[in-house]
Amino acid sequence: MRVIGLTGDEAVAYAVKQCDVDVIAAYPITPQTIIVERISDFVANGEINAEYVCVESEHSALSACIGASAMGARVFTATASQGLALMHEILYIASSLRLPIVMAVVNRALSAPINIHGDHSDMMGSRDCGWIQIYTENAQEAYDITIQAFKIAENPTTSLPVTVNLDGFIISHSMERVEILDDDDVKRFLPHRSPLYRLDVENPITIGPLCFTDYYFEFKRQQAEAIEGSYKTIMNVMNEYSKVSGRNYKFIDTYGIEDAEILIICMGSTCGTARFTAKRLRERGEKVGIIKVSLYRPFPCEEVIEAIKNAEVLVVMDRAVSFGAPSGPLCSDIKNVLYDFGLKIKILNIIYGLGGRDVSQNDIEQAFKLGFKLKLGDIKDKVLWLGVRE
Amino acid sequence: MSKTGWRNLPIAGIIPKAGSSLEYKTGTWRAFKPVVDESKCTFCLLCWIYCPDGAVKRFNSNKKISIDYDYCKGCGICASECPVKAISMVEE
Repeated sequence: MRVIGLTGDEAVAYAVKQCDVDVIAAYPITPQTIIVERISDFVANGEINAEYVCVESEHSALSACIGASAMGARVFTATASQGLALMHEILYIASSLRLPIVMAVVNRALSAPINIHGDHSDMMGSRDCGWIQIYTENAQEAYDITIQAFKIAENPTTSLPVTVNLDGFIISHSMERVEILDDDDVKRFLPHRSPLYRLDVENPITIGPLCFTDYYFEFKRQQAEAIEGSYKTIMNVMNEYSKVSGRNYKFIDTYGIEDAEILIICMGSTCGTARFTAKRLRERGEKVGIIKVSLYRPFPCEEVIEAIKNAEVLVVMDRAVSFGAPSGPLCSDIKNVLYDFGLKIKILNIIYGLGGRDVSQNDIEQAFKLGFKLKLGDIKDKVLWLGVRE
Repeated sequence: MSKTGWRNLPIAGIIPKAGSSLEYKTGTWRAFKPVVDESKCTFCLLCWIYCPDGAVKRFNSNKKISIDYDYCKGCGICASECPVKAISMVEE
């Protein structure tokens, strides 16, 4: 184990290098650019023996990844924002063909107006694409989750693509202390891929044929089963990685939930600020807690319910808007789960941080205060926008 | 005919067996069929090159072509491309 200073983007690139990938096809886009720049350096310097495909668009990047994955290769790509949007139709093809691909999504706002900074609109716009989606809190997690993502994706039972989400600039461009595993440890953790099926001229098969009313429905059912069945794979991989790295990974991470009256539920880099603020508030005797949702798809329903069932008020923070919907995407999931488990807990949905608007300790404190107000019945709104100028 | 349920279908809709398109006889799609006038045919093989379905058969021994009506969809490209008008499209 070594400790080096890396930005979130560099941490992902370093992980990809250690994972011994075969093919990278990517198109640079802020704030993902550093990932593909570093990887192209590694390939050019001979530090990894991989094919780096310079494509003309993200649509082509993911298409090339699909071809390479169908050949049985270990494949990586990365994108952000408009790039992910341009990949949209190909995202569905990768997951429905059950092709393992790991993609770092450096979360950035979607146009218009054009903006390069961090929020979750891009991934939330593609949340139903059938990929396993994991959100990270810092550069260390971005490094660790990237390594685990290959093992999850390539598990023959699961065989699905995975996105590793890291907040644009806040994680991608901030240099942090990152603990790096030894190359040999990563090699042992991540053996060669054994594909579910592969393109082979000696044993020809057809991939992606036309499928009408008589069979399409069955294949979607099969695909739903694959992602629902991936909980076990993800849990096993996280447990195994915890043993190798000494860092404990779970679907959700909690703080103070045992006696918390007000719980903030959030994802990404905000979780660090929220936890820090919650610690300070608890020192002052306030019963607050935090739930970080790391695994977003498949959604960890049972773990979330177990963590929130004793809270009086939930403050769900969405860094994306679902225009015209009753609440933001994360809050919709939480409400859905509550109903399914027969729980009725007061919920406040907070929309925050769009276009990279900074989220400070004061903002989190404000969010908790709003939670207490809701508890007392002083708030009628279901959704509040935090940090926006009126 | 009973169809297979989702649990027993090949993964991701792949077709594990090669050449299965031969089982799908697309000749039933045809409204007009190409008919070759052997007296005009010069065996230039433009029809054989242009046929999108490989439904033009060539016989090098006697320098003749014939149409495989099991798979010919009747698109008429062969008749359109024939430089000596040896192929005519006849209504089925």
